[in-house]
Amino acid sequence: MIEFEHVGKRFGERVVIEDLSLRIDDGEFFVLVGPSGSGKSTLLRTVNRLAHVDSGIVRVDGRDVSSVEREALRRGIGYAIQSVGLFPHRTVAENIATVPRLLAWSDADVRARVAELIDLLRLDEPGIADRYPHTLSGGQQQRVGVARALAARPRIVLMDEPFGALDPVTRESLQTRLKAIQRDTGTTILFVTHDMDEAFRLGDRVAVMLDGGLAQVGRPLDLLHRPVDDRVRDFVGGTHARLRELAVRTVGGSMRVGDRADGEPVDAADSLQDALASMLAQRRDRLPVRERGAIVGAIVLGDLVAREP
Amino acid sequence: MSETRTRGEALPILVLSTTALLAAAFLPMLHVAPNRLLAGVPTSPHTAWLFAAWGVAIVCGAVRFRGHGVVVASIAWLAVAGLPWLAGMSADTILDGAARTTRVQLASGFWVTWLAAALLLLDRLRGTRVVVQAGAWGAALAVVVALTVTGAFDGLALVREWQAQRAPFAQAVVVHVRLAAITLVLAVLTGGPLGWWVWRRRRADGIVVGLLAFLQTVPSLALFALLIGPFAWLARAWPTLGALGFGGTGAAPAVFALWLYALLPVVRYTVAGLGAVPEDARDAARGLGMSRLQVLWRVQLPLGWPVLLAGLRIVAVQTIGLAVVAALIGAGGLGRFVFLGIGQGAIDMVLLGTLGIIVLALTVDLAFQVVLALTERRA
Repeated sequence: MIEFEHVGKRFGERVVIEDLSLRIDDGEFFVLVGPSGSGKSTLLRTVNRLAHVDSGIVRVDGRDVSSVEREALRRGIGYAIQSVGLFPHRTVAENIATVPRLLAWSDADVRARVAELIDLLRLDEPGIADRYPHTLSGGQQQRVGVARALAARPRIVLMDEPFGALDPVTRESLQTRLKAIQRDTGTTILFVTHDMDEAFRLGDRVAVMLDGGLAQVGRPLDLLHRPVDDRVRDFVGGTHARLRELAVRTVGGSMRVGDRADGEPVDAADSLQDALASMLAQRRDRLPVRERGAIVGAIVLGDLVAREP
Repeated sequence: MSETRTRGEALPILVLSTTALLAAAFLPMLHVAPNRLLAGVPTSPHTAWLFAAWGVAIVCGAVRFRGHGVVVASIAWLAVAGLPWLAGMSADTILDGAARTTRVQLASGFWVTWLAAALLLLDRLRGTRVVVQAGAWGAALAVVVALTVTGAFDGLALVREWQAQRAPFAQAVVVHVRLAAITLVLAVLTGGPLGWWVWRRRRADGIVVGLLAFLQTVPSLALFALLIGPFAWLARAWPTLGALGFGGTGAAPAVFALWLYALLPVVRYTVAGLGAVPEDARDAARGLGMSRLQVLWRVQLPLGWPVLLAGLRIVAVQTIGLAVVAALIGAGGLGRFVFLGIGQGAIDMVLLGTLGIIVLALTVDLAFQVVLALTERRA
């Protein structure tokens, strides 16, 4: 659990964060989204004290972070950043093992955990553990960065635009992997991004941060359907908002149960955006829906377009 | 493009060969003096041979036939290894039947020709594999050492001077190395932390570096002289210090002055080395829970090591050079030979001290390069 209580922060004259309060629950995937300069990265960095707050309190699991020894606090919190920041003089395995080593795990435990993470993040190219970071692709480097953040099984992980520099295909595959890992381990993740699609794809809850304050906090659909003001409306996408909504909703929730249709079926767990893409590709306005191998209904184009918010 | 390249390659051959040819033709190879203090009479044996060899090198540079580079390199190598041998033989011939005090000194023609040959060899070996370079220089060095051991140079005044001063010379080398080593250790122990502090507070950069840069502008002789007063006073005020050999002259003020000069490069290179570490790696290291000391030891030092070592190399060579002047305030070292030689007008003594310093500086430089190469390969 992470709590911000009336947090304020300024760099010289410039106010970066202004009287901000927020609570992130255990096991939640929480995304802070906002334009650059909105203060979201700074807010994230107050959690592991890479940035100190000028006023207010930041609590992790109920304890004021300023009362916890800095290094101990950080070793208990995972940390991944956009530029990855792998240590160029250390191998992939050594990079991943950074925090377990700092925590003085036994060699056997470290080895086992590194192998587990290499598997978990699909870094299964033979011999990759002994390679140096500069020999890896951007996607592989970021996988190592995420593995390093997760290495000591932290209950909380901070991620500052970790996928920002990756190509769309790699980014999506890593998003899917991260979401799955988060769901399996129940880790609390505080994730910063400026990419609204990424925010909606990953976040259980999303906070829109504008000019050092939280403009709106809520589930992705809340933000799309009920933006509190024009700034939030513009930021979540204006006329593109409906397109984003399709990405958040699943086929299962909008299908006509029992109906039939021709064509290549879509999966009930797919997003409506995937279904729309399938319709466009197949030049059909209705497609069969499959769930656990059986056809259970149909999804209809008119329903996607006419759907009431 | 290939034309400009070959023309660019030919230029050093032409310039250096012509220099060597002119030196062989117009400058004396040797001076023959009645004793070690009197001026000598110029003499140039073997001029025709040298003239011919450099003539061939010039033709090679001008015509550039296939394989001309190998011919030039061979001539250069033969000159580097063979000129001293030629000089030694000539000395023996001249001394045969001459008075016992007669001295045969190496003169300007020898030095210019030999330097031109060495530069030419350096130029020819550039771009070849390290094994070839090390082999060529190692072989030349081996030849000179072998000739020295077998007494081929015993007729030369320089070697006579060395034989007469063997014990003081060895002692001076030890003192010189000790002065430089103590200075280096002190400079690292103080300049390292200072550099770290300056790097952490970028705002201190201007003040500290400015102050140290100002110190560099004080002429070394003046600084040594200025320190005599304060150090003499210190020794008087605390007799225990005086009893330890602390005083206005001697090793203490010398090391102090050398340390002041060494500080600027040590601080500069420490700051550069720490700055050479990628910002994101440092941010990640801090964010993952490394303490400042752990970041320093595990991330910054391993990554900044090449820069730091390059700095130390420069400081070491600079200190060995500056330590010459320390002889003037009684700190000893190879500078003693230089200044005593100047005082007596014994040019061979000056030469002996100077050559010692050059060899020392080159050896230290080489040692640092080897360490750098070994540690870099690992990283």
